[in-house]
Amino acid sequence: MVSLCSFISYYWEEEKRMNYFPDEVLEHVFDFVTSSRDRNALSQVCKSWYRIESSSRQKVFIGNCYAISPERVIERFPALKSIALKGKPHFADFNLVPHEWGGFVYPWIEAFARNRVGLEELRLKRMVVSDDSLELLSRSFANFKSLVLVSCEGFTTDGLAAIAANCRCLRELDLQENEVEDHRGHWLSCFHDSHTSLVSLNFACLKGDINLGVLERLVARSPNLRSLRLNRAVPFDTLQKILMQSPNLVDLGVGSYVHDPDSETYDKLVTAIEKCKSVRSLSGFLDVAPHCLPAFHSICPNLTSLNLSYAPGIQGGELTKLIRHCRKLQRLWILDCIGDKGLEVVASTCKDLQELRVFPSDPYIGHAAVTEEGLVAISSGCPKLHSILYFCQQMTNAALITVAKNCPNFIRFRLCILDPTKPDAVTQQPLDEGFGAIVHSCRGLRRLSLTGLLTDQVFLYIGMYAEQLEMLSIAFAGDSDKGMQYVLNGCKRLRKLEIRDSPFGNGALLMDVGKYEAMRSLWMSSCEVTLGGCKTLAKKMPRLNVEIMNENEQTDFIFDDAQKVDKMYLYRTLAGQRKDAPDFVWTL
Amino acid sequence: MEGCSKITEACPQLLDLIPREREWLVKRADERSSEEKKLELRLGPPGEEWSLRENAKNADDRERDESLLSLGYFSNGNQHTRKFSSPENLQPGSVWFNQQLSQQAKATPFLQFPSKTVTTRQSLPVMAKESSQPCCTKVVVDLQQSAEKKAFSPPAPANTAVVPSSSQKRTAPGSVVGWPPIRSSRKNLASSSSSKPVTDSQNESPNKKVASEKPVETCKKGMFVKINMDGVPIGRKVDLTAYDSYEKLSTVVDELFRGLLTAQRDSSAGGIMSEQEEEKAFMGVLDGSGEYTLVYEDNEGDRMLVGDVPWHMFVSMVKRLRVLKSSEVSALSLGSSKQGKESTDEMRRKNFAVKILF
Repeated sequence: MVSLCSFISYYWEEEKRMNYFPDEVLEHVFDFVTSSRDRNALSQVCKSWYRIESSSRQKVFIGNCYAISPERVIERFPALKSIALKGKPHFADFNLVPHEWGGFVYPWIEAFARNRVGLEELRLKRMVVSDDSLELLSRSFANFKSLVLVSCEGFTTDGLAAIAANCRCLRELDLQENEVEDHRGHWLSCFHDSHTSLVSLNFACLKGDINLGVLERLVARSPNLRSLRLNRAVPFDTLQKILMQSPNLVDLGVGSYVHDPDSETYDKLVTAIEKCKSVRSLSGFLDVAPHCLPAFHSICPNLTSLNLSYAPGIQGGELTKLIRHCRKLQRLWILDCIGDKGLEVVASTCKDLQELRVFPSDPYIGHAAVTEEGLVAISSGCPKLHSILYFCQQMTNAALITVAKNCPNFIRFRLCILDPTKPDAVTQQPLDEGFGAIVHSCRGLRRLSLTGLLTDQVFLYIGMYAEQLEMLSIAFAGDSDKGMQYVLNGCKRLRKLEIRDSPFGNGALLMDVGKYEAMRSLWMSSCEVTLGGCKTLAKKMPRLNVEIMNENEQTDFIFDDAQKVDKMYLYRTLAGQRKDAPDFVWTL
Repeated sequence: MEGCSKITEACPQLLDLIPREREWLVKRADERSSEEKKLELRLGPPGEEWSLRENAKNADDRERDESLLSLGYFSNGNQHTRKFSSPENLQPGSVWFNQQLSQQAKATPFLQFPSKTVTTRQSLPVMAKESSQPCCTKVVVDLQQSAEKKAFSPPAPANTAVVPSSSQKRTAPGSVVGWPPIRSSRKNLASSSSSKPVTDSQNESPNKKVASEKPVETCKKGMFVKINMDGVPIGRKVDLTAYDSYEKLSTVVDELFRGLLTAQRDSSAGGIMSEQEEEKAFMGVLDGSGEYTLVYEDNEGDRMLVGDVPWHMFVSMVKRLRVLKSSEVSALSLGSSKQGKESTDEMRRKNFAVKILF
């Protein structure tokens, strides 16, 4: 990006000279610029750059599918080949957004089809994808190569069957954490016998059975297969056969891993694994017999990514044994049953660790097995750590201060104490100071989630120090409007703000209404904002969609401006009010 | 909030994390607005010498702020300003830090605040309240003296109205919607995943532990839920992790309450029940055909009929059990959205049948 800026400034001064470059040259130069942000920057330099950049951009990222209409995207980027779309607000992951809120992909696919866009890649997050959409997608784009669905819903395996059957060039089918209605097995058979181009296949989130023979044959005819993540229905012996066929796998997701370690199949698996020298990423183990894990010890030294967050069956000694072999690990996703002691093992083994996520294994009982000690151990053992998501039982300011000092390079810092208003476990103080230390020390922090007992003070710190902050998640925190005001005032780069159950009201909401046009979205639920406040905001800012979702009857709602709003979601948009909002969503 | 429109009245907060950036901090201080200058974070790292940052504008306030270590305790506007130790008591950073660690090691939260910690919150500054007082001092928390900890005990009901109404929604973790913030696919992991036994037999159910293999620990330690029965004043507790099916649970319920029930009937009706009568009482707890029906209260507080969902899902949701007289059950709403012409009995039988097929 630095070189790009100097590039731009050079040409800014030499504008006259720039006009003598034919478009093709600039286009060629722009080809080297791939990130959306950088290309957005390019397009703002001058009109001709805008024109050239827009006509040549192939990969487009739309962070909010309701911020712009598909037609407008197509118009601006006629060379569009690859698009990423996000739909529902982030809190939809936690069931805070009512089910039929929206985020339908169909209109986009339909628009692309109608305008004969040469679509090759589609990446969707938190969107509603119907079988019809998938069917239409599969039939409309002859060169379609890659479908990635993350946290989506609304489709069944019939939709997948259409994709498998009709997308003859398909290289990638990646389903991550989707809600899929499984009509059992047959979709995999829809891949044509001549379909040999598969590079990546991830169906770990499917709950139903799979035709194992079909799977084995599919793998056998896919010499380019590099990423394969199986679901729970794929047993041990199939895994062994598949690995024999695909020694070049880079990313493996194990389905069911249960067997007798004294059997011949097990020995065959050990041999097969030893041949898989390219595996860098390992996940799954959805069902597991832990004493069979040593089979994987031979590839552990090569692993850079390990995800055991869906494997509660791996614990204690077997888990630490496995981790001790993983010296090159950069990313680790784990359950909290690893415990503080287990995290100490990680800290002493995985010196290259960059990203750590510790998920709760038993959220309802609420006894997380990790505390601030594990976090401190990690921070002192892993200086390269830049991303963390940590669900824990308790936290202290001292620990956070230590962590801040040990790891000044955090880009993402998300802490979730299972009891959301718990104070410092030792001093019973709010955790303001600890988080203050984090934002003060980590100058590059872009994403932050807070929990614990927190007052307005922590938001003052955030406003003061978190200059690069782009996304902030707040729950059960703060004392008054001041808290939110500090953030809106101070965080110049803020793009997404999501708040629940915090005492911020109209005073904060209306303090700087122009700010919201510089942000992607704001979510506030169970706060103090009233209908009147939202109406005022909507009136002042016509280019925002201010959506209200209330649990009560809408009719009562209309007459009482003083009534508090259950859920408010606002976002900037060029597309005006959306037409697909359900009854319980009211756009002001 | 009015009194606090100027941040000058806020408590300066010093937390100097990285001394070598002092110059940077100085430079920043000049660039920042006067508001921001008043509040600075500083904490002397272990082993470093602490020093006081003078800021001329705040000289008066700072005078009282000799001590640099603060963990965020602000005295309440309505209370006396508290200092938990005079500056002379300060130890060099490293000692503080080491002591902090040892404190943590042995500290038990002897002040058990409820999760709503209303009282603690009241002791914290809402800056709005400080209009009349001079700016509160930064208070030093001297963790070396556990006596000081007792000073943290909930102050006399000073601030009454601090807690905003939305805090009433801040209830215990188990029953808050969308908390903890994890996707649904991660929610029932511990109970739905299994470590199957060495011999891969299909009939083993997920939660059963096979004695022959090495102890397979799951994250769930014995899960005891209360079970009460209509007409029996004293309840029992059952460990759901010890069972793997509804049938077994039904048997256990039978064992637990049969004796009690018999005793009560004996005492009230006189005479001894025949064995058949005893057995009849508990048959059909699950399918509605018997005299009693088993219901449970789930994690959302609703009363539900036992038997609808797969066993492992049931275990993850159940909070307590109840044995009701079947006649009572049909009169109650069962939380099912089925309308209709079917009798409750038929509904239950269908549910049970569905469960078997599952």
